[in-house]
Amino acid sequence: MGTDKDGLFLKHRLAQIVVLVTGFWLLVSVCYAQSISSTALIKNAKQYDGKTVVYQGEIIGDVMVRGDFVWINLFDGENAIGIWLKKAALPKIKHVGGYHRKGDVLEIEGVFHSSCLEHGGDLDMHAGRIQIIQEGYLTPESLNPAKMVWAKIFSLTVLLLLAVMLIQNSIFRWKKR
Amino acid sequence: MLLKPSNDDICVISYHIGKIIVAVSLCLVLPILTAFVFNEHAPILDFVISLGFSLSLGFLLIILFKTDKELHWMHGMVIVSLSWLILAVLAAIPLYLSGHWHSFLDAVFDAMSGYATTGLTLAQDLDHLSMSHQMWRHLTMFIGGQGVIIVALSFLAAGTGGAFKIYVGEARDEKILPNAIQTAKFIWMISISYLILGTLILGLMAIWEGIAPLRAFFHGAWIFMAAFDTGGFAPQSQNILYYHSFLFEIGTILMMILGIINFKLHFSLWTGNRREIWRDIEMISLTSTILISFFFVAVGLAKAGVYPQAVALFRKGFYHLISGHTGTGYMTLYASQFMQNWTPLALVSLIVAMGLGGAMCSTTGGIKALRIGLVFKAFIQDVRKLMYPESAVLIEKFHHIKDLILEDRQVRSAALIFLAYLGLYLFGAIAGMAYGYPFLESLFESTSAAANVGLSCGITTISMPVVLKLTYIFQMWIGRLEFVAVFTLAGFIIAFFRGK
Repeated sequence: MGTDKDGLFLKHRLAQIVVLVTGFWLLVSVCYAQSISSTALIKNAKQYDGKTVVYQGEIIGDVMVRGDFVWINLFDGENAIGIWLKKAALPKIKHVGGYHRKGDVLEIEGVFHSSCLEHGGDLDMHAGRIQIIQEGYLTPESLNPAKMVWAKIFSLTVLLLLAVMLIQNSIFRWKKR
Repeated sequence: MLLKPSNDDICVISYHIGKIIVAVSLCLVLPILTAFVFNEHAPILDFVISLGFSLSLGFLLIILFKTDKELHWMHGMVIVSLSWLILAVLAAIPLYLSGHWHSFLDAVFDAMSGYATTGLTLAQDLDHLSMSHQMWRHLTMFIGGQGVIIVALSFLAAGTGGAFKIYVGEARDEKILPNAIQTAKFIWMISISYLILGTLILGLMAIWEGIAPLRAFFHGAWIFMAAFDTGGFAPQSQNILYYHSFLFEIGTILMMILGIINFKLHFSLWTGNRREIWRDIEMISLTSTILISFFFVAVGLAKAGVYPQAVALFRKGFYHLISGHTGTGYMTLYASQFMQNWTPLALVSLIVAMGLGGAMCSTTGGIKALRIGLVFKAFIQDVRKLMYPESAVLIEKFHHIKDLILEDRQVRSAALIFLAYLGLYLFGAIAGMAYGYPFLESLFESTSAAANVGLSCGITTISMPVVLKLTYIFQMWIGRLEFVAVFTLAGFIIAFFRGK
C-alpha cells in the first residue's frame, strides 16, 4: 500500500515539475522572445517562411480596414513590413507615423510568409498576438531661423530682378520701335 | 576646323535656359499650396528658398543675356541638355533642405531620377516625409515625363521663336500638331485630362482599400503622376507593396500602359481613330515584346516555384514585367527579393524588357518600340531579299499613324540609337562590376537607370560609391534625352575650349 502511495506521490510531483518547467519555458520564451529585424526577415525570407516570429515596428501611413481584417505596415527603422490581422485584435492606435508624427510602436507575434499565397505572393506577416509597447507622439515643427533669413533674401532678390527685367523689356521694346 | 561658339551663341543659349528655369520653377508653387493644405509650416520655407533661388537665377540669365537672335539646331540641343542638368540641381534644393537626403548629391540623384522618370531613390525615412515634399517628388516626374521643354513652351509660348528646335532636343522628334507650341499644349491637355481621371479612379480605389479620403486622393494623384509618366516614385517606402491591393495593382498597370503610348497615337484615339491602336507598328511591337518577355519571365518563375499560384505569378511576374517594360519601376517586392527568388532566366527577361522601353514621343525611356519594329522589319526585308532574284526591288511598308515605306536612313538611325543604348547599359554594368557587384546585379541596376525604369535589385542605396551615383545620374540624363542633345553639348564644350 505504502509503495502505491509513494508511486502516486512521485507521479504527481513529476507531473507538477513537468507543468512548472513547461510553464516557465513558455513564460521565458514569450517574455524574452527576440524580435527579428525587417532586414533579417527579408534577407533570410526562405529560412523564416511559415515560422512564428516576433517583430516590432512603428505603425506608419494608414490603418487599412478590409472587412473583418486590417492591413497595417510596421517600420522598424530599416524597412516596413505589412501585417495582416483581425480588426478586433488591433489595439487602439493613437498615433500613426507620418510627417512630424511618430507612430505607436507595436510588437506582434505572427506567422511570416516570404510569398504569401493568400495575398498574391506578398512578403507579409499574419499577426496572432499584437500589443502596443510604446505610444507615439507628435514632434513639433520648428522653423529654422537661418532658412527664414534666406527665404527673405531670395524673395527680395526676385522682386528686384523682376523689376529690372520689366524695365529692360520696356527699353528693349522702345528701342525696337 | 572647329568653330569656337560666338558670344551670340552663348547669349541665345543662356537667355533660353533662363526662360526655361523660370517656367519650370513656377511649378514649385504647387508644393507650397500643398503645405498650406496640410498645415506644414517648415517645408514652406524649403520651397520659398528654392523658388526664390531658381527665379533669381532664371531672371539673372534673362537680364544678362537678353537677345532676340534666332535659335539654331545646335542651340536647341545645348539648351535642352544643359537645362536638364541645371533643373535637376535646382529641384534638389527643397529635397535636400527637408533633411531626408543624406547629401546634396543624393538629392540631385533623386531630382534627376524624378525628371528623367526613372524612380530610383536615395531618400531616407520616406514614410515621415512631408506631404508637400511628396508633392514635389511626384511633380518632378509629371514635369519630366511630359518634358521640361514642353512646360517651358506651354508657359512661354509667345517668346519662343525656334520652339521646334528645342522641342526636338528632348527626344521628341514627332510633332503631333503643325506647331511645336500647339503640340506642347496638346500634350499638356491630354496629360491633365488623364491626371484628373486617374486621380479620381486611384483615389476611389484607395478609399475602397481603407485610406482616408483626403490622403487617398493625394496618393491617387501621386501614384497616377508616377504611373502615367512611367516614373515609379511612391509616397511610402514600400512602394506599391504598401497598399497590399490587387485592385491598386490592376489600376497602376492600366495607368502604366497608358503612359507608354505615343502621344501621337493618343491624338488619333482622341480624334476617334481607334483602329490605329491595332495597326500601329509601335503597338504591334510593344504587344509582341511584352508577351514574349512575359513568357520567359513566367517560365523562369515557374521553374523556381516561388509563386505556385497563377494569381501570385501574375501579381509578381506580370506586374514587374509591365513595370519594367513600361519603364515605370513600381514594385511590390523588396529589392533583394529579385536576386533571392527570381531565376536568371526571369531576371534576364526582365532586364531585356526594361531595356526595350515603350513608344516614341511618350513618357517612357529605353530603346523604344518603333526602333525595335524598324530594325526587325529591316532584318526581315534583308532575309526576303536573299530569297528573291537579284533584280527584284522589294519595298517594305509599315504603319505608324500613316502608311510609310521603310527607308535605309530610318533603319540606320534606329540601329544607331539601339546600339548606343546597348553601350550605355553595358557602361553602367561595367561601372557596377568595377565596384565589386556581380554582373547580373550590375546589369540590372544599370539598365534600370539608363532606360529610366527604376526597378532596383538593391545596389541603389545611400552607401553605394559616389562614382556609381554619378554614373547613374549620367545614365538617367543621357538615357532620357536619347544621346543627341548630350553629344551636341559635348561637341559645344570641346569647340568652346579648342575651337578657333
